[in-house]
Amino acid sequence: MITFESVTKRYPDGTVAVDRLSLEAPTGEITVLVGPSGCGKTTSLRMINRMIDATEGRILLDGEPVQGIDPPTLRRGIGYVIQQAGLFPHRKIVDNVATVPYLLGWDRKKARGRAMELLERVGLDPALARRYPFQLSGGQQQRVGVARALAADPPVLLMDEPFSAVDPIVRTNLQDELLRLQSELNKTIVFVTHDIDEAIKLGDRVAVLRVGGTLAQVADPKTLLSEPADDFVREFLGHDRGIRRLQFVSTEALRLRTDLTVPEGGAGGASGEPWLLVVTGDGRPVGWRSGERPGELEPYGTFVHGRDSMRTALDAALLSPSGCAVAVDEEGRVVGVATRRALDEALAEAADG
Amino acid sequence: MGDGPPSIWEWIGRNWDTGRVDSIKSLLTDHLTMSFVPILLALLVALPLGLACVRWRWLYQPTSGLMNVVYALPSLPVFMLLISVTGLSQATVIIPLTFYGMAVLIPAVVDGLNSVPDHVRQSAVAMGFTPLRRLLLVELPIAAPVVLAGLRVVAVSSISLVSVGALIGQGGLGGLFTRAYQNPFLPPVIVGIVLIVALALIADGLLVLAQRLLTPWVRARKGAAA
Amino acid sequence: MNWLLSFFGWLGEFFGDADNWTGSGGIPARLLEHLQFSALALVLAMLIAVPLGLLIGHTGRGEVIVVVSANLARALPTLGLLVMFVLLLGASSIWPVIIPLVLLSVPPILVNTFEGIRGVDPELRDAAYGMGLRGGQVLGRVLVPVALPLILLGCRLSAIQVVATTTVAAYTGLGGLGRYVIDGYATKDYASVVGGSVLIVLFALVVQVLFALLQRVTVSPGVSRRLKVR
Repeated sequence: MITFESVTKRYPDGTVAVDRLSLEAPTGEITVLVGPSGCGKTTSLRMINRMIDATEGRILLDGEPVQGIDPPTLRRGIGYVIQQAGLFPHRKIVDNVATVPYLLGWDRKKARGRAMELLERVGLDPALARRYPFQLSGGQQQRVGVARALAADPPVLLMDEPFSAVDPIVRTNLQDELLRLQSELNKTIVFVTHDIDEAIKLGDRVAVLRVGGTLAQVADPKTLLSEPADDFVREFLGHDRGIRRLQFVSTEALRLRTDLTVPEGGAGGASGEPWLLVVTGDGRPVGWRSGERPGELEPYGTFVHGRDSMRTALDAALLSPSGCAVAVDEEGRVVGVATRRALDEALAEAADG
Repeated sequence: MGDGPPSIWEWIGRNWDTGRVDSIKSLLTDHLTMSFVPILLALLVALPLGLACVRWRWLYQPTSGLMNVVYALPSLPVFMLLISVTGLSQATVIIPLTFYGMAVLIPAVVDGLNSVPDHVRQSAVAMGFTPLRRLLLVELPIAAPVVLAGLRVVAVSSISLVSVGALIGQGGLGGLFTRAYQNPFLPPVIVGIVLIVALALIADGLLVLAQRLLTPWVRARKGAAA
Repeated sequence: MNWLLSFFGWLGEFFGDADNWTGSGGIPARLLEHLQFSALALVLAMLIAVPLGLLIGHTGRGEVIVVVSANLARALPTLGLLVMFVLLLGASSIWPVIIPLVLLSVPPILVNTFEGIRGVDPELRDAAYGMGLRGGQVLGRVLVPVALPLILLGCRLSAIQVVATTTVAAYTGLGGLGRYVIDGYATKDYASVVGGSVLIVLFALVVQVLFALLQRVTVSPGVSRRLKVR
């Protein structure tokens, strides 16, 4: 666990970057620091591994004040990932990843072996190990940056806007990859971003900082969206926080109808229904058939029942003229249909909770 | 001993304008000619050549390779080898200095033109500038700071390099050095060094001034950044 | 084309003369002298300029020294400096000549080393410290390898300077290939002037090639980006 105890950073010119920040980053969780530029989020992060020293207050790493630890020694036990990856251009990828193991005096073979293992773990082709950083794309470099930070298996990982320099598609991939890695590794991660969507997607806990370096609110993403502490947080969260909150509402309780499907090629089904879902022999959706124009099939949207959120289910419903969302299992087989009424009921419940 | 050696001021007074070719004044005039002609010539050649290298990319590699070789040639042997072609004239010094100048200025012109942001070039094209007007009104002004920085290097090194020509009797103020060495006497050396350094500083200062007048936006930007 | 004929005539005369290949005034001996003086001056200059440039670039303190020395070195006339030192210190040893040689070769190395270190991407420096490298390790394992092309460029420029100035220094009594040129000019022995000049030019070009090779060997392909992206 990382604990900030009333930490202040004041520069010699009098600027206060961080103002009496008290915060906990629990072991094995992702704590996201988010806020506009000038809110001191990066400064706070860099005070943990003493890239910057706090002016007042204490930062504890599992109860031990970091101020008492020799900075290089401290940093070798903390993974550090930055925006442009900061890979060493003169060293091959494998040696970049093995940097900290080398520093810790591992023998070359062991360090390289570990590096190869990590490259695979972050989803990189081992053939890239022999290349130099300039031969990799931005997304690949960022993965190497993560692998390098993990090389000596540090319990703590500091990530300073690691994904903000790559394009949106790559960023989404990297975020998903990080969540997958975290589910295997359970590191204590402190993650800095200015992107509230990224914060909500990745964070177990999100700390919103305001300009001047004070803490506005710290909460889990769902609470943050439903109960912003003040106008600043509300504004920072943006306009569609109601919709976004739905991504934390499970579809488990959503009532499904199983009588609205008809097999492909077959006719009829429960008559009187305006829309029927046509499915293949092995249960996969084909399209919606309307009672008015039985010859045509309309598009459909699906969600994985129980795994996907209400936001996905609602999105699936809005994609189809039928207004219903198709619930599927992990293999993509139809398990039922969520009608407008069912969605309506679930939404009403979400609004209450 | 009788009279001691003359003080440096006495020596200057006695040698400033004797009407002979080795008076300080006449050496200074020679020095100015032999340093400024190459600076000017180098600029006149480097501008079109640099433009050509930007226009036809394949030209740059061989040109810069050649200029690297030229730059590496020591001046004295080059002067000596040229004597058989140009004789003991000022041209023997001016020609190599022109080439040294080109070796610095051609890359400067190319770098300067390459520093023109692509979106600026594109928008100039889109606004309907003809290639010549675009060059004169958009690209050259943006390239000017880099070219002028190169010109400063060329000016200062040309002024100091001329003095090596004294070893073949064409060194402008460098003549003071050979004179001082032949009848061991310090004041001419001091006067020569001081005058050459002063000339170099004045030339450099004038180019800095020219840079400010020609590219006022560079300073404005620096001021805004500070 | 008359001059071309006499040029080759002089060359033949110079290189064909068996006396020019032996003894203390022979080509091998003069070549060795030239190499020794140049190398001595260059190594001394590197010993001064590289650490100083690294220090100033790494700490960011003392930039003024770099700027002033660079401008001054370009403006100072080499011949004048050589004559001044010899007149002041006498010509009893090689040092009155070697000192100005070193002084003039320090600035190019100093400027380029400084610029090389200062020009390293701050993110890279940040990452290096963030991973737990100590100050010296950051300098030695990251900054120097990344700045190496510029450091070597500075050394190459100084080498050019030293080879040329060593030639000029023959005027003040130093040995080396410059002797052929200076003595030949004084005695109107044009074979010696032309032969010596050609030797010096070749010497300078060989030094260039050696530095290019050194760059190839020592600079990481990741920095020079020599490899094609596959």
